[in-house]
Amino acid sequence: MKHTISVLLQNKPGVLSRVTGLFSGRGFNIESLSVAETLDSGVSCLTLVTRGDDAIVEQITKQLHKLIDVIKVVDISDSDYVEREMALIRVKAESNTRAEVLRIIDIFRGKVVDVSPKSYAVEITGPKSKIKAVIDILKPIGIQEIVRTGTIAMARAKKS
Amino acid sequence: MKITGAEAIVKCLEEQGVEVIFGFPGGVIIDLFDELETSSITNVLVRHEQAAVHAADAYGRVKGEVGVALVTSGPGATNTVTGIASAYCDSIPMVVFTGQVPTGLIGNDAFQEVDIVGITRPCTKHNYLVKDINELMPTIREAFHVARTGRPGPVLIDLPKDVVIGKLNYTKPKPIKMQTYRPTYEPHPGQIAKACKAILKAKKPVIYAGGGVIASNSNKELTELAKKLNIPVTMTLMGLGGFPGTDKLSLGMLGMHGTYFANMAVSQCDLLIAVGSRFDDRVTGKIDDFAPYAKIIHIDIDPTSISKNVTVDIPIVADCKYALTAINRWFDVQDDFDKKEQKKKVAPWFKEINKWVKKHPLGYLEEGDIIKPQYVVQKLHELTKGDAIISTEVGQNQMWAAQFYHFNKPRHFLTSGGLGVMGYGFPAAIGAQMAAPKKTVIDVAGDGSIQMNIQELATARQYNCPVKIAILNNGYLGMVRQWQELFYDKRYAGTDLEVSPDFVKLAEAYGAVGLRATKTSEVVPVIKEALKTKNVVVMDFVIAREEGVYPMVPAGKATTEMLLV
Repeated sequence: MKHTISVLLQNKPGVLSRVTGLFSGRGFNIESLSVAETLDSGVSCLTLVTRGDDAIVEQITKQLHKLIDVIKVVDISDSDYVEREMALIRVKAESNTRAEVLRIIDIFRGKVVDVSPKSYAVEITGPKSKIKAVIDILKPIGIQEIVRTGTIAMARAKKS
Repeated sequence: MKITGAEAIVKCLEEQGVEVIFGFPGGVIIDLFDELETSSITNVLVRHEQAAVHAADAYGRVKGEVGVALVTSGPGATNTVTGIASAYCDSIPMVVFTGQVPTGLIGNDAFQEVDIVGITRPCTKHNYLVKDINELMPTIREAFHVARTGRPGPVLIDLPKDVVIGKLNYTKPKPIKMQTYRPTYEPHPGQIAKACKAILKAKKPVIYAGGGVIASNSNKELTELAKKLNIPVTMTLMGLGGFPGTDKLSLGMLGMHGTYFANMAVSQCDLLIAVGSRFDDRVTGKIDDFAPYAKIIHIDIDPTSISKNVTVDIPIVADCKYALTAINRWFDVQDDFDKKEQKKKVAPWFKEINKWVKKHPLGYLEEGDIIKPQYVVQKLHELTKGDAIISTEVGQNQMWAAQFYHFNKPRHFLTSGGLGVMGYGFPAAIGAQMAAPKKTVIDVAGDGSIQMNIQELATARQYNCPVKIAILNNGYLGMVRQWQELFYDKRYAGTDLEVSPDFVKLAEAYGAVGLRATKTSEVVPVIKEALKTKNVVVMDFVIAREEGVYPMVPAGKATTEMLLV
């Protein structure tokens, strides 16, 4: 099963390598990983998507917690949460498809971030499924380059 | 007050109560050795950095403190990796200082530069590269704190040359407060109650004690529990000495080379109380068939150990000492707990166990004049009254020592349990002797493994460590040969040590004493002579070449499928 794990860690050199080393050393898999500073510049937030049965995910969270530089580990897929990814896609846009591409991007609420005579670079954000849908639909037109971030995720606040 | 980095390091070591360190110098770390020379700390100059780490490991084990090793950059640092990995597997508190090229050169492939922090990340509890001299003292203090608390382990501090020779302001030690590291010592009372109720209900309980009992100094609490409730105790290799090996409740060691009765008891028990042990594959054998009828209680300070290999019914994350104390107190205040009733309840279980003990006691076949290694260990036990500190190498020698030297006290058995390092025992014996100068220290070795750190004979001589080495010499890498005999049609590929030194002459070359026994009748005189000698003694016991270690559970088999003598 897919799990999205949010990890708060000290923002120090080598900390990311401790996390990735743990995964490779113990044979856990990383489907995606995204890390950046939080409001407190001494603390980073790392969002990690992994797969495994309950026992494996339990080990993953415990092992992460055991790292001295790790502050907090939450398996946010245990609760309701929002997740987002971003993709930059350069798609072929020649005279016969330029309008078509723009329409598609508009439907997905994407943005054109770079224009050339023969292509558009577009920015798409959303959950993984949406990114996939955009890619599927742009593929026949001709994707020239694609760059994606890992997933970032946040638990939803309690409603009451 | 401005002091140098080297002075600051020495001050921190003294503050931590360090009396002895094990080291080997080099270019970038000369200044620190220079500073140590005028301090109260003894530096034991080893002959190979690996030995420094094993010696520090053993020193820490015997004293129950943090062992310290100090080496230079590059090869000095890489040579420590085996020792660090071994200490990590065995949860031994240790701080290893490595020299490093000046910060300005880091990453430039400088002479004797290696990314030792990167290399040791997976085999240290934590490690540090000190780039800012003002962080030096807080880092060292934190490193000692991390090494000795929680589940202990090795911590490495990499010291660039400019940090060692630079100047800084002395800072006083402050209580260590770490945002991210707070081990759980106190058990959850609810879990304790659950465990105690399960213990009360059990008709066939077994305690399975590991190295955590020794690390947490809870042998007394464990003994109290076992006696109060009349529960048999089996120990892992790392747990030996955590409960008196000659007590009638002791089943000895379990697992691959454990006793028949310990393995049978675990396979038939209805409650397994794991205390500071980690369900290693050498203990469990085929995991699905391990303790199949048992409810499992698991006490461990490291949450990752719990339900890692075997799913546990009642987990207790705590220091063993706190948890065992809480369990003992629970029974003390329990009105309906009656010691006599309890004894009566488990009596049939002991009957069953005693049948196994009678059927296959721990033993070996005598062969007249040919020396049996088990006999040697038995005699070592007898002639030292079971009071010696025994270190071992790895392989058959290790298992025979574990099986036949019935350890009654903790911190008397030193072995590389998790990593299984050949070459551990001799430097460990030196470390142990430095920690306990009055004790008899014996390294039970094989003729293969002793050669992995034999150069330390010079260290032992230089520091007047009268350690005794008992080489069980069969001319083979015996444990692998045993597997080849059993599972590879006796094809002894790469295990026949056709050429070996004359160990007696070798000892003499180092100014030590060499003794040899080639027949059974010579064993006792040789041991007696060695124990009398106030020098390093190498005892070369020429033993039965193809003697095996039994019982044996073949790798991957259930622990009930034992090959017996």
